[in-house]
Amino acid sequence: MSIFRRLVNTFSRSKLHQEIEAEIQSHVEMRIADNIAAGMSPEAARRDALIRFGSRVVMRERVTAADAATAFDAVWRDLRYAARQLQRSPAFTATALLTLILGVGANVVVFSVVNALMLRPLDVPKSAGLYNVVHKTPGYDNQSYPDYLDFQSKNSTFSDMAAYRLQSAGLSTRDAAYKCWYYRVSGNYFDMLGVRPDEGRLFHASDEHGPNSAPYIVLSHDFWRRRFNSDPGVVGTTVEVNKHPFTVIGVVPAAFHGADLFVWPDFWMPIVDSPDNDGANFLSIRGMHNIWILGKLKPDVSPAQATDNLNAIARELARQNPDDDGLSARLVKPGLMGDMFGDPARSFLAGTMLLAFLVLLAACANLASLFAARTADRGRELAIRLAIGSSRSNVLRHLLAEAVLISVLGGALGTLFSTVLLDALTHWQPFPEFPVRVTVSPDPRVYGVALLLSIGSGVLWGLVPMRQIWATGPVEVLKGGGPGTIVFRRFALRDLLLGIQIALCTLLVTSSLVALRGMQRSLHAPLGFQPQGAFLAETDLHMGGHSNASITEMRRRMLEDVGGIPGVTSVGIIDETPLGTGGSSSPAYREGTTDFRVSQSAFGAKFFSISPGYFEAARTRLLGGRDFTWHDDAKEGKVAIVNETFARSMFGNTSVVGRRFLLGDKRHYEIVGVVEDGKYESLTETPWAAMFFPLDQSPDSDTSLVVRSPLPEAEIVPEVRRRLAEIDPGLPFVFHSWPDALAFVLFPARVATATLGVMGLLAGMLAVTGVFGMAMYSVSKRRKELGIRVALGARSTQLLRSALGRPLLVLFSGSAAGWLLGMLASPLLAEIVYQATPRDPLVLAGVVITMALLGLLATWIPAQRALDVHPARLLREE
Amino acid sequence: MKTLSQMGELHGYGIVLHIQRASEELLSVEEGSLYPALHRMEMSGWIRSEWKVTDTNRKAKYYRLTPAGQKELRKAEESFEQLVQGIRAILRYA
Repeated sequence: MSIFRRLVNTFSRSKLHQEIEAEIQSHVEMRIADNIAAGMSPEAARRDALIRFGSRVVMRERVTAADAATAFDAVWRDLRYAARQLQRSPAFTATALLTLILGVGANVVVFSVVNALMLRPLDVPKSAGLYNVVHKTPGYDNQSYPDYLDFQSKNSTFSDMAAYRLQSAGLSTRDAAYKCWYYRVSGNYFDMLGVRPDEGRLFHASDEHGPNSAPYIVLSHDFWRRRFNSDPGVVGTTVEVNKHPFTVIGVVPAAFHGADLFVWPDFWMPIVDSPDNDGANFLSIRGMHNIWILGKLKPDVSPAQATDNLNAIARELARQNPDDDGLSARLVKPGLMGDMFGDPARSFLAGTMLLAFLVLLAACANLASLFAARTADRGRELAIRLAIGSSRSNVLRHLLAEAVLISVLGGALGTLFSTVLLDALTHWQPFPEFPVRVTVSPDPRVYGVALLLSIGSGVLWGLVPMRQIWATGPVEVLKGGGPGTIVFRRFALRDLLLGIQIALCTLLVTSSLVALRGMQRSLHAPLGFQPQGAFLAETDLHMGGHSNASITEMRRRMLEDVGGIPGVTSVGIIDETPLGTGGSSSPAYREGTTDFRVSQSAFGAKFFSISPGYFEAARTRLLGGRDFTWHDDAKEGKVAIVNETFARSMFGNTSVVGRRFLLGDKRHYEIVGVVEDGKYESLTETPWAAMFFPLDQSPDSDTSLVVRSPLPEAEIVPEVRRRLAEIDPGLPFVFHSWPDALAFVLFPARVATATLGVMGLLAGMLAVTGVFGMAMYSVSKRRKELGIRVALGARSTQLLRSALGRPLLVLFSGSAAGWLLGMLASPLLAEIVYQATPRDPLVLAGVVITMALLGLLATWIPAQRALDVHPARLLREE
Repeated sequence: MKTLSQMGELHGYGIVLHIQRASEELLSVEEGSLYPALHRMEMSGWIRSEWKVTDTNRKAKYYRLTPAGQKELRKAEESFEQLVQGIRAILRYA
């Protein structure tokens, strides 16, 4: 209670006064009453009582003082004193604040991301007990719909289980057509997640009556606002999805965006319905793994029990169905598209957290030496205070107040700075064609961590000089030389701290330069095609409601019409561009194979369907044989063009035109051409075997027109758009330059480069302040010595060597160590960045120049100071 | 504190009366100087206070010893006892 009373007392002085006054009053009145009872006259009784009590004003003040002496009032006074002290040394305050802002800010940003991705439950009304059910093997997260139905009906550990998948489609209203991303979800999905409609209604399990029985869609709030101006009247109207009619039945609340953290879809559709002519087929195919399962555990069931339960069902299913051979179940935290992004996200975040932690460590090292140097500088003042009777604990309390003030202020500013960054991150849409948003807005947990970090780093390290104060004998200090010697003895540790800090900084600078250089090189890497100077027009012909039969004719017209535009040098079609969002592979078999199990295949090869002229448009070199022609159609024998790796792996050389191989369909494919190798999935992959088939022999509705033209895009795109609209006005196209379309594959490298760059910058700034602090301190401590040297005729180089030798030595050795660390770390980086090596002369030069600049920046002012020493002035000062 | 330990709950004036009676009017200091001491002890958590109505229907602040206060009192008494013994010893041989 007394803590509370003290607080109350501090903030309500007048109330306290009233209470004390009342107590005194009651004392005096009781004395008067007793006096009267003893026979005094009222007048005399009153006089006697007042005299006996003494001065009321003095007593009241003394009581108040007693109440407040050990109270927050004193803390408040300390804080105000600390603030005044800090105001008096703005350089120290600014450096310490900057250090804290950088250290705390970086960690708050990283922690917020970790919090949003890993710690926070899904942002759905009923998030308790939700798990994605994936396969045991990491990376195989999709399930088949029949397996989902069996898991759902046979388990005893989940209260419910929903299925969903992400798809894209063209949605057209009477006036416009958009390319949309949407979820196809099982009927119980909304009820399981506890979502209530904002407008209209949602669909339920009871709406499902087999394939294509529920032609409804539910709009996302954002899509409703953007495309329908938040018009409630849209509920009940009919729109076309891929030219098939669907009724809009409702709108979800603004906060709901499904069960994936990054994805913000445009609408939801029952999984039993499909806008594609053959899109609902997978509902009955057990071997087609293309949905995610989200389960909700019963309240008293543990994840381990549920996993056992599902695995028992899986074994039973595997016995009954050959397609379920090896089926297994594993529960993962939901939100990362099954667990598709789980592993990369986790390792990336772990790495980033490590970096941020290193930055914080560097900040702490800086703070420790800053505070130590400051205490040493104030040695005389502290000694005087001790000498005139201040207790050591009082002095400590003042230092603590300073440390608390600085760390809280720095932490608050750091958090503010990071919320700005986080806000930008939240509004960032990394892929314009993909509905991805990373919402990382900070919550109370983040603020808690920020406070903890700032207090931890500030106060803990602010108290480093405590021992120094404890050891201070006022007499020696006042005699001179005291604190200096103490601190110089402690120098070894501070040197080490600073050295480590510089090593970290060099490591980060090296890594970010390596990553940057890799990025730059990857744009000129031999990709097997030339993205520069070409743009893509992408669509899915199913969105126009075209059946597979009419697709060929459509495509031929597109190529003819676009190819006829003046300024277009070449145009071709591929189903999915290499280094795009996906790509498929299939096992290839040598001629003569009769056993078509995957283990008997020669290798797995990427495959693409292309039109005649694609290689020319993509600038992929044909090494031998011929390109496809329109005669390579469904009626003719199957033909293929393969890449060098394919030819070498299967036949040992590249003159393979006319030779044949087999695929899983047990049919022979004749090789008619060989093209150069390329990159198909990622920039860092080892060469894949690849095969290309004529469009007409492997029908697919995905269509990417590759248009090459020397004209600027702004001139040629509208014309292409117009021509394509003439062929089918309802078919939505996405246009972008080919280099832009590579954003997806470059994304990990870009993020890594940006992260390393930012962290490197932070570490660099901290290293500058660290070296600066140390050099400045070393110069100011040795002014007397420097002065004597000048008087004895030392030249300025000699002066600089003795004043700055130590900081520079630390800088050099730290940089060397950091570069070595960078060498060790580069294999890690090579996983995500193309050709990452720190031995690149440009990188090496970059690191040396950066560190030299840092050193110059940090030691410039201290060097000026050292050169500015005048012996005569120094002698006068002493 | 001694007073409170003997009398249980008491208001400031009561404490003054008790001390005066106990010391047979030997200790006659300004009565008001009791209050800073009381408040200091309250802040240290040795005593607790409460506003109540007296027998004569007057509002007064009553003080009561806490367990921490009792411990403190024992300590004080012991150290006082030692002091007195020390003084006695010195007086005996001086």
